[in-house]
Amino acid sequence: MKEKRKMTAKEKNEATWGYFFVAPTIIGLIILNFYPAVDTVIQSFCKTGDFGKGNIFVGLANYQRAFADPEIWQSLLNTIKYAIIEVPFGVIIALILAVFLNKKLKGTSFFRTVFFLPMVCAPAAVAMVWKWLYNQQFGLINNVFHSNVGWISDPKIAWISVGIIGVWSIIGYNMVLFISGLQEIPGDYYEAAEIDGATGIRQFFDITIPLLSPTTFFIVQTRVIGALTIFDLMFMVMDKTNLALSKVESAVYVFYNYTFTQGNKGYGAAIVMILVVFIMIVTVIMQRAEKRFVFYN
Amino acid sequence: MENARTRDRVSKTIMYIVLIIMAFIMLVPFAWMILTALKTNQEAISVSPFYIFPHNGWHWETFSEVWKSYNFFLLYKNTLLMIFFRVVCACLTATMAGYAFGRLKFPGKNFLFSLVLIQMMIPSTIFIIPQYLMVSGLGWLNTCAGLVFPGIVTAFGTYLLKTGYQGLPKDLEEAAGIDGCNIGQKFLRIMMPLTRSSMVSLGIFTALFAFKDLMWPMIVCTSVQTTTLAAGLAKAQGQYGSNYPQMMGAAVLAVIPMIVIYVIFQKQFVEGIATSGGKL
Repeated sequence: MKEKRKMTAKEKNEATWGYFFVAPTIIGLIILNFYPAVDTVIQSFCKTGDFGKGNIFVGLANYQRAFADPEIWQSLLNTIKYAIIEVPFGVIIALILAVFLNKKLKGTSFFRTVFFLPMVCAPAAVAMVWKWLYNQQFGLINNVFHSNVGWISDPKIAWISVGIIGVWSIIGYNMVLFISGLQEIPGDYYEAAEIDGATGIRQFFDITIPLLSPTTFFIVQTRVIGALTIFDLMFMVMDKTNLALSKVESAVYVFYNYTFTQGNKGYGAAIVMILVVFIMIVTVIMQRAEKRFVFYN
Repeated sequence: MENARTRDRVSKTIMYIVLIIMAFIMLVPFAWMILTALKTNQEAISVSPFYIFPHNGWHWETFSEVWKSYNFFLLYKNTLLMIFFRVVCACLTATMAGYAFGRLKFPGKNFLFSLVLIQMMIPSTIFIIPQYLMVSGLGWLNTCAGLVFPGIVTAFGTYLLKTGYQGLPKDLEEAAGIDGCNIGQKFLRIMMPLTRSSMVSLGIFTALFAFKDLMWPMIVCTSVQTTTLAAGLAKAQGQYGSNYPQMMGAAVLAVIPMIVIYVIFQKQFVEGIATSGGKL
């Protein structure tokens, strides 16, 4: 039997302060996050009346409609395709740049500043600029290369073009995290390898990659979730009349459209639930992968 | 020996070439944004000849036109107020909770902290509809309070500050206890000032996230008078999308303040992002 010990006055005092300090955060989390999460689940089983009033229980109808809706499947596929461009390219390019900038070359701080610039810009502005660069008739890219590519209007390549904006935007962020990971690798590893006559490239694959794997895993995990909830780029780059829209729009974009443009919150809630379950599955798979591929000292 | 030195020089040259090409790719969109803003619309949509630089003088007046026609003063003010209140709220609630989770003992602590961790794992898209309904029910649509609302507390910041407080040496607090400080005084006078760097990280992170967010301001502040820079740009694009110099002028005005702040506080920005990482 566990004996229930009476708290001393000092412990009671400490506990009181503890509750006082965590109260705002815990109450806030319950009101702002936990209640909404539950409410979204409930709404996904309801038909929403006007102004969020008069929820009518409709069972699985929203889900049945969503699963039968090709637009939902297409948007999930679009989201995955976006992630397949943004995550690997964003991570690999950032890793290479981070390794270079960690070599104590001259001008390192200039390059770091430049690569990080897109991070401090609103994606809305970034997307506007790229939309203008991609413009088929007047855009910089087509005019400099004398090409006539419909970068964001050709359904076959528009998803790649949007993915490139994503990579361009995220490189600096990934790079900064990689640099701080690299600085934690003890220098003696490289010195020992140097004495053994290992080349830079050998050192990169034998020392840097394994010792950096916790950082890499962290970045991949946060970026996968970030990419799967992408919205801003699609919203700003793709006009509603763009024929390629259906091949580019992300799941969150479709959610936004149904919920806030068309006012169908029940259906929107069902779309979010499908996306969240999908993200949870991906997260679990990544956690499994972590145990196999990540090297912790 | 000679061989190694040549190899070293070759690899350095390759690295510089890669870095310079990448820097060029990163800077071209910024340069093009500014150059387009300085052109007339005829120049911007002229194809043959295609102008890289403005041809008939540099039209700086575009910026003042855009400033007026898109109500940039209000957009700046709204964005600044939202960022200010979000940073203050996030830092205040997170530092309190972080201290309690990191340094104090109380029953149920682990359970309460698990709530914080759970929140960090849930994609935030799931909160949006009910948060919107709450804001609308409170009559806070098109207000600053509505913009700040989802950012009053932060699970991520609580986690960050908890780690910060746990890293502080134990004897500090004991010495203060002997001097007759109560827990509140200890927190305010001794502990909180020592976690300044974590607070700065959280502040920068919160500010950046609030500045970049597009969906929330678009939902709760539909009027141009009350919305933020990001959402204001989206509105402007919908209305004046084909006047390219004006659009790019608006984009420049929207990104400039954060870039200036970033260039000044570069070290804090980079360290803040590196230590907090987190979810964006």
